[in-house]
Amino acid sequence: MVSSFKKVLESGKFVVTSEIAPPKGTNLDRMKHHIELLRDKVDALNVTDHQSSVMRFPSLGGAILVKEMGGEPILQMTCRDRNRLALQADLLCAASRGVNNVLCLTGDSVILGDHKEAKAVFDLDSSQLLAAIRRLEKGKDLGGNDLDGGVSFCAGAIVTPEANPIEPQLIKFEKKVEAGAEFIQTQAVYDLDGFKKFMEYARNFDVKILAGIILLTSAAMARFMNKNVAGVNVPQALIDEMAGAPKGKAIQKGIEIAGRMISRIRNERMCDGVHIMAIGKEELVPEIMTAAGLI
Amino acid sequence: MIRSITQQKPQEELDQLLNGLSRVFIVGCGTCVTLTCTGGRTEVDAMQRLLAARGKLITGSIVLPVACDNMTGEALQASRLMIGQAEAILVMTCAFGVQTVARQIKKIVIPALDTLFIGKETGPGQYDEVCTQCGSCIIGETGGICPVTSCHKGLVNGPCGGTNNGKCEIDQGKDCAWTMIYNRLKELNKLDAMRRLQRPRNHQGEPMPGKFRIKEAASLSPSATV
Ligand code: SF4
Ligand code: SF4
Repeated sequence: MVSSFKKVLESGKFVVTSEIAPPKGTNLDRMKHHIELLRDKVDALNVTDHQSSVMRFPSLGGAILVKEMGGEPILQMTCRDRNRLALQADLLCAASRGVNNVLCLTGDSVILGDHKEAKAVFDLDSSQLLAAIRRLEKGKDLGGNDLDGGVSFCAGAIVTPEANPIEPQLIKFEKKVEAGAEFIQTQAVYDLDGFKKFMEYARNFDVKILAGIILLTSAAMARFMNKNVAGVNVPQALIDEMAGAPKGKAIQKGIEIAGRMISRIRNERMCDGVHIMAIGKEELVPEIMTAAGLI
Repeated sequence: MIRSITQQKPQEELDQLLNGLSRVFIVGCGTCVTLTCTGGRTEVDAMQRLLAARGKLITGSIVLPVACDNMTGEALQASRLMIGQAEAILVMTCAFGVQTVARQIKKIVIPALDTLFIGKETGPGQYDEVCTQCGSCIIGETGGICPVTSCHKGLVNGPCGGTNNGKCEIDQGKDCAWTMIYNRLKELNKLDAMRRLQRPRNHQGEPMPGKFRIKEAASLSPSATV
C-alpha cells in the first residue's frame, strides 16, 4: 500500500509537514488538540521520539493516534533506545496499524536527556535503519528470515545543511539516500542563500528535500540556538529584526519571518517543501502557514 | 603502553562501603594507578590518614608492584599477619587488581576506585580511550581511528547530527570521531572507505564474558597459564 504522503511527495506539489510531541504521561488531550488543529492543513505530521532524550509517550503510540484521528503520521524512530529486534518489531506494528511513513534518526545522546544514567543502544544507525526498512519490504528481516505479511514504508531521514565541517555530513546524506531515503527533512535553515547552495548539490540526488523551519520566538532564543544547537545559524540580520520587534510582539515577528522564508522557498522553488517545527507552540503553525500564503 | 584508567570513588560511597568495618588493610599498585595518581604510595598514605581520622584502625598497607599480576598472591603473603587482622581489604587499584586480590584472600575486598576504561597515554597526564576491544575490528576502513570507541554513539557510517565544529555533541572538549576520521581519510585520499555503507556491526564477535584459549596450552609453562 502506497502511503498517501508518498503520493503527495511524488505529485510535485509544495509539501508541508509539521510535527507534534507526545506528552510526558498519559494525558493525550493536548496532543489530540494539536492533531485536530493540523491534520487537515499539513500533508503529514511527524511524531517525535523521546525528543532530546526526554522520556515520553512513545512516537509509535502518537503516530497510531494521528492515523486513528484521520491524519497522516510520520513516525520518528531513533536508534538510541532500541536494538535491531525492537526497531524491526515496532516497524511491523506500525505497518499493521497503517502507519506507513518513517523518519529515521540516530538520536541524541542519553546524556543530554532526563535519564542520564540509561544505557544507550545505537545497535543500528540512521542509514542502517533505512536499509533495514528496505529489507523488511523485501520480506526479510535483518536475520535473513522470511516475514509472514509484508510492510511498505515511505522512509526519510534528516540532514544538517549548515554543519561544520560540511563534507562528512554530505557523505552521510549520500549514504542515507543510497540506503533508501525518499525524503529528507533538514535541520532548521535561516540563511536561504546558503541553503540554495546546499540545494544545488542535493538536486543531484533522487530524494525530496523539505527545508526545516523553526519558529523564532525571541532574539534570545535565536542567540541560544546559534550557541547551542549544532548546525543552526541564525544570521545577525534576523536576530536584529527579532530584537527590534515591539514589546510583546516578538512571536508575531517570528511568525512573519517564518512565513516570509517559506514563501520565498516556495516562490523560488528552492526545494520540494518545508517541515515546520514550532516546538511547544504547535498552535501557531496555522498562523505561520497563513503568513506564508499556504492557507 | 595501555593503562587501566581509574578515579577515586566519591567519599560518600566509600564511607558507605566501609560502614561497620573498623579494621582495614589497604592495597595500592605501583603501575597504572601510580601513574594516574589514584592508588600509588602517596594516595595509599593519604587514604590511610583519612580513614584513621574517621576512626578506622588501619592494620597495614602494601603497594604491590603490579596488582593484576599472578605474583600478587605471593606478594600478599608477606603481609598476611596484617591482612589477617583486618575485616576488609580496601583496594586502591583498578578492578583487575581488585579481582586478583579477591581471588587470593578470603576477605571482603572493597574497591576504592572506579575503573573507567583501558586507555592510552596521549600526552603528559592525559589518557584517552581508543579501543573497547569490541571483538570485530573495523578500523581498517576508518584510517586507524576507532569509531566504535571514539564516537560517543559508536556510529560506523559517519557523523550524527549533533557534531559541531569538529566537536562531539556531548562535550566541547571531545573531538568528534567522524571529523577526525574524515580528515584522516581525506589526507590518505581514501574517502571512498567512508562512502561505503557499513552493515550493522556484529556485537557478538566474542560474546561476553570474553574467553580465549590457546590450543597447545598444555605445552606452555604453568606460570603463563594460571
Ligand atoms: S573496532 Fe575499535 S573497539 Fe573494536 S577492536 Fe577495533 S579499535 Fe578496538
Ligand atoms: S558528535 Fe561525532 S563523536 Fe559525538 S556522537 Fe556524534 S558522530 Fe559521534
